[in-house]
Amino acid sequence: MKQVFKIDRFWGMLLLAGCISLSMGTLAWSDSDEGYEGGSKYAGEKYGSEKNEGSWGRTTGVAVVTNKQYQTECSACHFAYQPGFLPERSWVKIMGSLDDHFGENAKLDEPTRISIENYLRGHAADILPNRFSRSFMRSIDADSTPMRISQTAYFHRKHREIPARMVKDNPKVRSFSNCASCHGGAAQGSFDEDSVRIPGFGSWED
Amino acid sequence: MKHLWLIPMLLLAGAAQASEAVVQAQIAQYEQQGADAPDATRGMTKWSEQHMQAKLGKMVSCASCHGTDLNQAGEHMRTGKRIEPMAPSVNPDRLSDPAKIEKWFGRNCEWTLGRDCTAQEKADFLTFIQSK
Repeated sequence: MKQVFKIDRFWGMLLLAGCISLSMGTLAWSDSDEGYEGGSKYAGEKYGSEKNEGSWGRTTGVAVVTNKQYQTECSACHFAYQPGFLPERSWVKIMGSLDDHFGENAKLDEPTRISIENYLRGHAADILPNRFSRSFMRSIDADSTPMRISQTAYFHRKHREIPARMVKDNPKVRSFSNCASCHGGAAQGSFDEDSVRIPGFGSWED
Repeated sequence: MKHLWLIPMLLLAGAAQASEAVVQAQIAQYEQQGADAPDATRGMTKWSEQHMQAKLGKMVSCASCHGTDLNQAGEHMRTGKRIEPMAPSVNPDRLSDPAKIEKWFGRNCEWTLGRDCTAQEKADFLTFIQSK
């Protein structure tokens, strides 16, 4: 009898230990990556399907652009920014003011405009469960509607060490809006630091 | 074999014709909207005509971004983005799609002139670009 109790307790302890370590792992996972302390309603459990990402490391990838119309119309002038970089409300605002699109007139016929807006809304940072998108979301105040990806605190933090001479004053880059000038994998949704090549300066070392 | 050179020539002619047919159809529409016979010279003059761009606080023209030589690529005056040559003879893509023509007239007339282009101006611009 005593022996049976001991074995039960052994397995019980093992099970408990297993449960505890698993839950610790989950805690560590759902903690904000890279220690960002920004308070936002988006920091919570809304993004529960991280398991699909299959990686424990830092994720610097965003879902690629899948909409041909968006790709064609928008990249006629600029890099087709992945919708997962801004919240739905930002895309609504951007697509609602195309006649003054950062100083340019970018108006579209109404069916095209609606179709592209729908695509952007459906793949926005607060809609798609993507870790990289979530990092952006966490850095955006709930009551603000950023019009530029480069306005978000997360973008800012990721690029703050880069001097003006490499971007703004670099004739081969000119602006942070030209993602693909330095991020060779930008169109494939890959923005990891190791593959950064700044024209005229080479790879970026921290 | 002696006449192989004809093949690229024919292909080029085909490409030129593609934009020609589109331009002719567009001009027929503009004439219905009240435009007189198009004039390439008038189009060329208008191309470089300077207008105040209120948001930029600068004088601008079509040439500010497209350049004055339509066989050469242009550069967006603000973003620096390369703009492929406008001349159909070097860029067969140009003037081959009526929807694209109207889309860019809509955007660029407003940005450059501060208003829509008239049917006459559109006819003149298309004739000027097509001649290059």
